[in-house]
Amino acid sequence: MTAFLELQDLTKSFYGIAAVKGVSLNIKTGQTLGLIGQNGAGKSTLMNLIGGVVHPDSGEMRLTEKLYAPRTPADAQRAGIAFIHQELNLFTNLTIAENIFITGFPRKGVLGSIDTAKIKSLTRDLLASVGLQLDPSTNVDRISPGERQLVEIAKALYQDASLIIFDEPTTSLTARETERLFAIMNQLRQQGKGLVYISHILGDVKKLADEIAIMRDGELVAYEPASAFSIQRMIAQMVGRSIEQLYPPRTAAPTNMPLLAVEGVNAAGIVKEISFTLHKGEVLGLFGLMGSGRTELARMIFGIDAFERGNIRVEGESIISPSPRKSIRHKIAFVTENRREEGLLMSIDIANNISLVSLLDFAGGLISVIDQREMTAAAQQTAQVLQLKSGDIRYQHAKALSGGNQQKVVIAKWLLSEPMIFIMDEPTRGIDVGAKYEIYTIIDRLASEGSGVLIISSELDELIGLCDRILVMSRGEIYGEFSREQFQEETILRAAFRQDDTAIPHNHDGVREEAGKQD
Amino acid sequence: MPGERFNILRFLLNHSTLVLFIAVFALFGLSSPRTPVEIAGITIDFPRFWSPENIFNMVKQAAVFAGIIGVGMTFVLLTAGIDLSVGSNMYLSVVVSGLLMRSIGLEIIPALLVSLMVGTLFGAFNAFCILRLKIIPFMTTLATLVIGRGLGTFLTDSQQIDFPERMNAFGQTLVFGVIPMPIVVFGIVVLVSWYILSRTPFGRQVYAVGNDIEAAKKAGINTDRTLAMVYIISGFCAGLAGFILASQLGGRVDRSFAETREFDAIAAAVLGGTSLFGGAGNVFGTVIGAILIQMVGTGLQFNLVNLYLQPMARAFVIFLAIFFDSLREANMKKLKRRFIRPVEADAPPEPQPSSAGD
Repeated sequence: MTAFLELQDLTKSFYGIAAVKGVSLNIKTGQTLGLIGQNGAGKSTLMNLIGGVVHPDSGEMRLTEKLYAPRTPADAQRAGIAFIHQELNLFTNLTIAENIFITGFPRKGVLGSIDTAKIKSLTRDLLASVGLQLDPSTNVDRISPGERQLVEIAKALYQDASLIIFDEPTTSLTARETERLFAIMNQLRQQGKGLVYISHILGDVKKLADEIAIMRDGELVAYEPASAFSIQRMIAQMVGRSIEQLYPPRTAAPTNMPLLAVEGVNAAGIVKEISFTLHKGEVLGLFGLMGSGRTELARMIFGIDAFERGNIRVEGESIISPSPRKSIRHKIAFVTENRREEGLLMSIDIANNISLVSLLDFAGGLISVIDQREMTAAAQQTAQVLQLKSGDIRYQHAKALSGGNQQKVVIAKWLLSEPMIFIMDEPTRGIDVGAKYEIYTIIDRLASEGSGVLIISSELDELIGLCDRILVMSRGEIYGEFSREQFQEETILRAAFRQDDTAIPHNHDGVREEAGKQD
Repeated sequence: MPGERFNILRFLLNHSTLVLFIAVFALFGLSSPRTPVEIAGITIDFPRFWSPENIFNMVKQAAVFAGIIGVGMTFVLLTAGIDLSVGSNMYLSVVVSGLLMRSIGLEIIPALLVSLMVGTLFGAFNAFCILRLKIIPFMTTLATLVIGRGLGTFLTDSQQIDFPERMNAFGQTLVFGVIPMPIVVFGIVVLVSWYILSRTPFGRQVYAVGNDIEAAKKAGINTDRTLAMVYIISGFCAGLAGFILASQLGGRVDRSFAETREFDAIAAAVLGGTSLFGGAGNVFGTVIGAILIQMVGTGLQFNLVNLYLQPMARAFVIFLAIFFDSLREANMKKLKRRFIRPVEADAPPEPQPSSAGD
């Protein structure tokens, strides 16, 4: 159990915001280190530092006591560090054997062709060591996600990695596949490999890890033997701070008149039996960890992605085969997660951005010419209502605005089409505290005027400060519902981590059990 | 796969070109003029379209018009790139070797080598623009399409080049006294390419890069080198195809030589199952595609279809092929969806990742 990789006071900032602050850790061989933290706590940045994807601003790493400063992922690979990502890096059009040997094929003969017999037999041995009995010449697109995960591990074994980092490896695995993965991880640990296990399933972390490190806001807040942690303590340390008065008071109470009803929406492998109602005047929060299916659900409701079963009703009227155009006609607005890519036309002026959705309202005459003056006036008025800080909206481009003001342009765009239902996906991501307050005020006003607002956010504080009700999503299901008087950060976070005693008692394996039947 | 139902529609989609190939071969055969042939004492009216001479002829033309450059194009398309400059490259390569044959009396083999060298350098120039200057393949090769043709026209003063008689003789060479030379050259190109793509590390990396370039970089593949190589290979094939085509045209090369050949090359590869989105396809498919295109051309002539309608009919077949490709791709996308929870057993029928089509 010697220290294999030592991190000393590592710090990394992006655009002046520290993602990792003074982290020191010892990663040892023959051990599993559990690494946990909320979304944005800095886990990924820390792993990217180790993997050579980003480079530290200060601090250093030592690998078996020698200075280790990887410039590229290939450097990390050569140093014996392997990553098993949630999103696998396999080539689906190649065979298992080819994937394992893609950068180092054994060759034979004068022509230097691939020694297929050799890679097949080597692969067969590697697969056996991870408990897979597959033909090495099977194409990767024909094997299940769990098998692909194990192929990645086999690849790491072939590269003779001493340290293997697992980042949320179980999200798409069945119960049986997960068990097999854990058994292999244990075996690897006994063979003296160092393992880092990152997961939101705290029970698994507790079960697997020898030591647990907890990150919050880029800092390491706890680093102790696993036996020192209860799941309650893990959650308490991940949350850490108390909520300050960052939110405007709600000015009106929600009604109980249904506005948007989502009924049994189901898409295999993505969301399961989603049902809820959004009322007039209500601000409804949708909380969940990254990858819990929040954005996917929002896209389905707005008609961008298809679902297999279920129904979307607006004021009792069903939307048949939903599409964004139909949703807009039913007065739904969708403020997307990435305002730069999906929400704005960055190199177009503000006025045209604002009028984009309602362009046809300003068109008249035989050939539908846009009335520029009327359009600009309407855009100007909306911009004023939202207190947009900008130059002349006819000439200034959207990309020249600050994040908060860009978000206001996106909201203005939808306001102009006079919607009743707002779906906002991470509306305050990456904008400063002052601008956040303004956005919150706008949301409150929309609800007070009778609209319904569905807010998706990774920041639980924000939802607690803003919403009348919070739904918790986990692994594609609604896993809990909390009304304002039940708001308590720890309880909600527990539901999101599936550690909620009330909803489905101590049963984070529930879904997997069910799914395990298929094989 | 146990329990996987045979889906006739999916089968047709995955083998659309073969189905199209057989249909076209049968249709034009049945409708072509016939010649009485005596087989084993019985005289039957045999369709001239199906005669060995015609089949030989079609394969030969397929090789020079679309086949050789189609194979080069397959390398490029496998990486999700494109090379629009092959037609101009054919012209420029053959112009340079033709001028040297006339001015300093270059023999056939050195002239061929000159052609290959010019073609390869042309491809290397494309690779330089795409990888060093970071101009997207479409724009780079669109520009070199114009530059190549322009340079060739400048070198010849826009005049037709008449090659020495030995060029024509070279074109009529029969290997082993029976097989036309272009077919043999095409065969070698196909076999070598197949070997490179399926049996060498470089070939497998071409497929990996086309499947997911980001993952390829993370896996430590030198993606720049891989991409550069495919454009160089495409250029080499264009130089070769230009020289062979010139020998087939009796050694006369004018300024419209090999114009719009790039379309047939792309069409041949795509008809043969190579995806424009990269990562899928092989050279044998391209051979089928090239012959199919030639078969449609010849078949229309046999049936005396109006000369001016023929390009449209050909374009229609190519359009069909690309339409099938996009259907296939939509199907693939469905299979590649990102799952955030296990697909459950009670889910309605839905292609599962493990039953991805072949």
